[in-house]
Amino acid sequence: MANLHPKSGDPKVTYEYRRKKNAEEMRMQVITFTMMIFFTVIAFVAVGAGFSKWFIIPFVLLLAVVQVIFQLYYFMHMSHKGHEAPQLFMYSGVIVAFITILAFLTIIWL
Amino acid sequence: MSTIAHAQKRGFTGTIWEYLTTVDHKKIAILYLLAGGFFFIVGGIEAMMIRIQLAVPNNDFVSAGLFNEIITMHGTTMIFLAAMPLLFAFMNAVMPLQIGARDVAFPFVNALGFWLFFFGGVFLNLSWFLGGAPDAGWTSYASLSLASEGHGIDFYALGLQISGFGTLMGGINFLVTIINMRAPGMTYMRMPLFTWTTFVASALILFAFPPLTVGLFMLIFDRMFGSGFFDVAMGGNTIIWEHFFWIFGHPEVYILVLPAFGIFSEIFPTFARKRLFGYSSMVFATVLIGFLGFMVWAHHMFTTGLGPVANAIFAVATMAIAVPTGIKIFNWILTIWGGSIKFTVPMLYAVAFIPSFVMGGVTGVMQAAAPADYQFHDSYFIVAHFHYVIVGGIVLGLLGGAHFYWPLMFGTMLSEKLGKITFVLFLVGFHLTFFIQHFLGLMGMPRRVWTFLEGQGLATGNLISSIGAAFMALGIIVLLVNIVITQKKNIQVGRDPWEDGRTLEWAIPSPVPFYNFKQLPLVRGLDPFWIEKMEGKTDMTPAEPVGDIHMPNNSFVPFVISLGLFVAAFGAMYHADEGKDWAIPVLIIGMLITFGAMLYRSVKDDHGYHIHKEDLLDEAEGGTR
Ligand code: HEM
Ligand SMILES: [Cu+2]
Repeated sequence: MANLHPKSGDPKVTYEYRRKKNAEEMRMQVITFTMMIFFTVIAFVAVGAGFSKWFIIPFVLLLAVVQVIFQLYYFMHMSHKGHEAPQLFMYSGVIVAFITILAFLTIIWL
Repeated sequence: MSTIAHAQKRGFTGTIWEYLTTVDHKKIAILYLLAGGFFFIVGGIEAMMIRIQLAVPNNDFVSAGLFNEIITMHGTTMIFLAAMPLLFAFMNAVMPLQIGARDVAFPFVNALGFWLFFFGGVFLNLSWFLGGAPDAGWTSYASLSLASEGHGIDFYALGLQISGFGTLMGGINFLVTIINMRAPGMTYMRMPLFTWTTFVASALILFAFPPLTVGLFMLIFDRMFGSGFFDVAMGGNTIIWEHFFWIFGHPEVYILVLPAFGIFSEIFPTFARKRLFGYSSMVFATVLIGFLGFMVWAHHMFTTGLGPVANAIFAVATMAIAVPTGIKIFNWILTIWGGSIKFTVPMLYAVAFIPSFVMGGVTGVMQAAAPADYQFHDSYFIVAHFHYVIVGGIVLGLLGGAHFYWPLMFGTMLSEKLGKITFVLFLVGFHLTFFIQHFLGLMGMPRRVWTFLEGQGLATGNLISSIGAAFMALGIIVLLVNIVITQKKNIQVGRDPWEDGRTLEWAIPSPVPFYNFKQLPLVRGLDPFWIEKMEGKTDMTPAEPVGDIHMPNNSFVPFVISLGLFVAAFGAMYHADEGKDWAIPVLIIGMLITFGAMLYRSVKDDHGYHIHKEDLLDEAEGGTR
C-alpha cells in the first residue's frame, strides 16, 4: 500500500520516521482497544443495572456508534491517504439512510 | 507457443465453451447483449399481445387472468431482464476501454454477475411453463401478491432475487474499476460522460438494490415460510412493501436512464464534432440526480394516504429533479448548436431523444403535483409518462448505442440505410402508441385494465395505440434483419469507423485485442484521442514501455455458482406443496453446489497468466491479423 511506504530520498530518515509513526499508531490502537473493552463493559452494566429503557437504548446505541468510528479510524486506517473513495461512499450511504429513516420517523404514516 | 495465437482459432464447441467460461469484459458484454436482446424480444412479444387485446373493445384475445400475467411479465422482463442487461452490455464493452483499462477490477465477479442475472431471468420465465406466471404487476404490491394463487409470485420473488444479486455484483465491479483502474492522466474530471454515468448508476445500484433484496426476502418468507411481514391479519403492514419497492424503484429508473444519458452524451459531441458543452455541469447534474433520486420515492405513493405534509415535501423534492435534468437537456442542445453535424443513425436517435424525453419529463412534473396525481394515478396517463421516459430515453439510447458501438463490439458496421428505416418506423410507432395514451388516461381509462366497452369513447384511441405498436415491432424486425445481414457479410471496418471518435475506445485497433491496450495510453485531457488527432498524431502517446501483461484465466465456476442457486430456488418454491418431498433435498443440493463451487474457488489458487513482452512485440511485427 502506498500509504505504508512514504517515498523519501533518504532511507535513514524514512526508517526513523516510519518507526516513530508506527509507535504512535500502536499506542493509539492500544488506547482505543482498551476504551472499546471499557465501553462494552459499561453497556452490559447499563443493561444489568436496570435503568429505564429510554436511557439504555440511546446510550447503548451511542456507545456502538463510537465503537464503529474507532474501528474504522484506528484499526481500519480510514484516516490514512487513499481512503477517500470509501469515505465518500460510506458517508453518502449514511446520509441517504439517515434521511430515509428521518422521513419515516417524521412525515410518513406507515 | 505464443499465448496470443493460442487465443484465436476455435471450433464451434470451443467457442461455446469459451463464452461459458469467459472473464473477458468484451465477451461478457456480448453475452449481456445476446441475453438482454433475447429478453427484449420476449418482452416485446408480450407487449404486442397486450396491444392486440386492447385494440378493439370487448376483445377476448387473451383471458383476464392471462392478461394480468402478460402485463406483469412484460414490465418485469423489460426493466430487469432487458433494459438493465442491455445497458450492462455497453458498460462492459465500452467503459473499461474509455478509461484506458486492460480489464475490469474483478473479472471473475463480472462473469458471476452475468450468470446470476441469466439464471434468474430464465427462472422467472420458466413460470410460463410451470403453472402460470406472476400476475400482481411488476410492482407486486403485497396485498395483491400475497393473495395470488399458484407459484407465479414465487417465481417473481426468487427469480428477481437471483438476478438482483448479479446486478449488485456488476455494479460493485464497475465502481471499483472506475475508482482504481483509470489510465495515467485519466483524472475524474477527464472521464467521458458515459463512464461518469456508469459510475453514478453503479453507485445507485449499490444503494438501491439492498432495499429490494430485503423486500423480496420478506415476500419470500411471507409466501413460502409462513411469516407475516406484510400480512395485516398477522400484525404486519402491507404498505411497507410499497416503501421498500419504491425506495429501490425510483433510483432504479435513474439507474436505467443515466447510462442512456451517457450514451447520448458520447453521440452528440462525436457527430456535432464539437466538445460536449458544459462538461463539468453535466457531471454535476449527473451526481445531483443520483442523490435526489433517493429522496423522492413516495411520489409513487401519493394516494396511499401519507398525509398532506409528506405529500407536499415529496412533491417538491420530485420537482427539484427536473432542474438537473433540464441542465442536461440544455447542454446537449448547446453541444449541437453551431456544430458541423453529421446525421448518422446514432445521431438521429440522439436528436429524436431530446423532445421525446422532455415530454416524459413534463408529464413527470405534472404527476409530481400531488393533488393532480390523485387524478392521474393508476390511469393510462401514468402508462404514457413512463413509456415516454423509458422508451423515449432508455430504448432510444439503447438503439442509438447499438448502432454507435456496434463497430467497437463486432468490428462491423450496421447498414445505415436499414438503420434509418428502423429509426423512422420505431420513432413514428413510439409516438403513435404512447401520445394518445395521455388522453386515454385523462378520459378515465384505468391502467392494467383487461378490456373496455364500446361507447366509452376509448375505442379509437386504443386502436391508434395498437397500430403504433405494430410500427415499433416492424422497426425492431428490420433491425434484426440488419444485424443478420451485417454479420453475414462481416466486412471489418477497422479502427475509428465513425472517423470522429474522441475518446480512448476509438484509439484501439479493431477488433479490440483481448488485452485491450498493449501499452497504457497517456491521457492529456478530456477527449484524449481528439486531442492527439488535433495535433496531427494518429495514435495515443504510451504511458509505459511494452511489458508483460497479466491476464486472468477463464473459469467455469461462475456458471456453477449461479446454477446452484437456480436449482435451490426450485426447492425453496415447492417445499410447502403437498406431496413434494423432493423439494427440501433439491434446496439443499442447490445450496451445496453453490457453496461447493465457492469453496473450490477459495481454496484453489489461480494466479492467471502473463502475455510475454516478446510475444507482444512479435505480434506487432507480424501484423495483428
Ligand atoms: C423529471 C423527471 C421525473 C418526474 C418528475 C417523475 C415523476 C413521476 C411520478 C410522480 C410518478 C408516479 C405517478 C403515479 O403512479 O401516480 C412516476 C411514475 C413512473 N415513472 Fe417517473 N418521473 C420522472 C422521470 C422518470 C424517469 C427518467 C423514468 C424512467 C427512466 C421514470 C419512470 C417511471 C415509472 C416506471 C413510473 C411508474 C411506476 C409504476 O407505478 O409502475 N420516471 N414518475
Ligand atoms: Cu419515481
